[in-house]
Amino acid sequence: MFREWMVNLALVALLLAVPLAANAMGEPFIVTLATKVAIFALAGVGLNIALGYGGLVSFGHAAFFGIGGYAAGILASHAQNYEPLMTWPLALDGTQQMLIIWPVAIIASGLAALVIGVLSLRTSGVYFIMITLAFAQMVFYFAISWPAYGGEDGLPIYVRDRFPGLNTLDPLQFFAICFLWFLAAALFSAMLSRSRFGLALHGARQNAERVRSVGIDPYRLRLAAFVISGMITGLAGALYADLNRFVSPSMLSWQTSGEIMIFVILGGVGRHFGPLAGAALFILLEHNLGGVSEYWKFLLGLLLLLVVLFAQGGLIGVLTRRSRHG
Amino acid sequence: MADPILEIRGLTKRFGALTVSDAIDLDLKPGEIHALIGPNGAGKSTLIKQICGDVQPDAGTIRFAGHDLSGETVAERARRGLARTFQVSSVAPDLTALENVMLVVQGASHGTFHFFRPALADAALTGPAREHMARVGLKGREAVPASILSHGERRRLELAMALAMQPRAFLLDEPMAGLGPEGSVELTAILSDLRHEAPILLIEHDMDAVFALADRISVLVYGRIIATGSVDEIRNNPDVQSAYLGEDA
Repeated sequence: MFREWMVNLALVALLLAVPLAANAMGEPFIVTLATKVAIFALAGVGLNIALGYGGLVSFGHAAFFGIGGYAAGILASHAQNYEPLMTWPLALDGTQQMLIIWPVAIIASGLAALVIGVLSLRTSGVYFIMITLAFAQMVFYFAISWPAYGGEDGLPIYVRDRFPGLNTLDPLQFFAICFLWFLAAALFSAMLSRSRFGLALHGARQNAERVRSVGIDPYRLRLAAFVISGMITGLAGALYADLNRFVSPSMLSWQTSGEIMIFVILGGVGRHFGPLAGAALFILLEHNLGGVSEYWKFLLGLLLLLVVLFAQGGLIGVLTRRSRHG
Repeated sequence: MADPILEIRGLTKRFGALTVSDAIDLDLKPGEIHALIGPNGAGKSTLIKQICGDVQPDAGTIRFAGHDLSGETVAERARRGLARTFQVSSVAPDLTALENVMLVVQGASHGTFHFFRPALADAALTGPAREHMARVGLKGREAVPASILSHGERRRLELAMALAMQPRAFLLDEPMAGLGPEGSVELTAILSDLRHEAPILLIEHDMDAVFALADRISVLVYGRIIATGSVDEIRNNPDVQSAYLGEDA
């Protein structure tokens, strides 16, 4: 069978080639679909660091995805309405500049991950799943009930945020931004996995007691992993807000958490480029089956079941015939 | 006589009505192998757990290298140089043997929060890790996932991991468990050499190994140390014979 790096390379090449070809043939919608794949894969890369490397089954990553999205939406809405973000103690204006929006989204979701992580990482197993879900639901209901930023109706971004030297409204140029972010994050996650930190994180997933007995505190490892994970998923949320030019509480819903988890599981838990395979498969199914029947998610569920039962290495595991990751 | 590295005084632990550690006094001196023996359920594992910090004692003190350990976590005690191996082999199964040892080197050097450089390219980790593996006779098995190693190899991997902690004392919880006679002989030689590295508190059922290795033996029965002495003293102690060694001795 194929080596994992060959599969990864092929997936990345495909993600790059499809929108280029679609653009040449005048099919901007396909470019937008590919952009969606890149963004979802980026969110999955984030979750994969917690779920795949750290063994932390977070069912609340929608919180980070949504907080990143709202960071973009709120900054943009203030810029659009010429209302300052705050006047005291600092006078801050909104902005539509991606170079400012991204760090804000990353820091905001990172801080949220720190708070959620500090509290929920004291638990494990089912309790961890439930607590992360509960935190995400808290953020979800907070967004719904906060009228200043659209409440249940969400928040429009009338003109896509800007990036110096690019026309972000051009689908291919916006795709390029999302693609490069995905690639950078996936390569970073691969590097992280092989670093000293990654070694200890993999060790703590497999045998926390052992890691503790050699003088490394698994809690601190997991917290760091959870924060990095939340930051990457938050960045994906900011890009997703710009893709749709709209932020709504649905980005924060538990269905979103589940979908990010599906990308990771379909692609192969712990595989560095698994989230790309999973997100691409998800979008392909949604696009092709969604038009045929609105029950396409039934088939998605069936596929997920097959992967969990028979191919725990996910799509990448099937293509490389190896179930071990790490 | 040198000061003991590990000094346990009046250690007591009760689980409900059951006293599993009953005012235990125990020393570990530099350069010695001190074996702790006793029948099943005597409270040997609970004693080890209290030394490591897994279980909090109800009363008594544990001093290690001059520090009172009470209130310190497992990780803190490990960083002080307390190296423990487990009754049941405890390794990270999907990591390679080398990676398992590297992880320990990393823990001892306080250098975990490095996010970029590949650990396998880091000679500060791989160098010592390879050395420790060679020391326990695992040269050539570095790249094998720990789950694939044989039982005996995994026990030796445990020892390499304990060595990698550059410990001031070893706590070995039944290192011979599940080894055939040949494996036991091999491991006995390795352990005998290890005492020059740091003293060993050895919990072991294999009496041949205990009598071959131990400088001193303590006998734990129902949570109490009923005797401490040299191999000959313990062999000839009538209390020990009736309580534990029975017809074997």
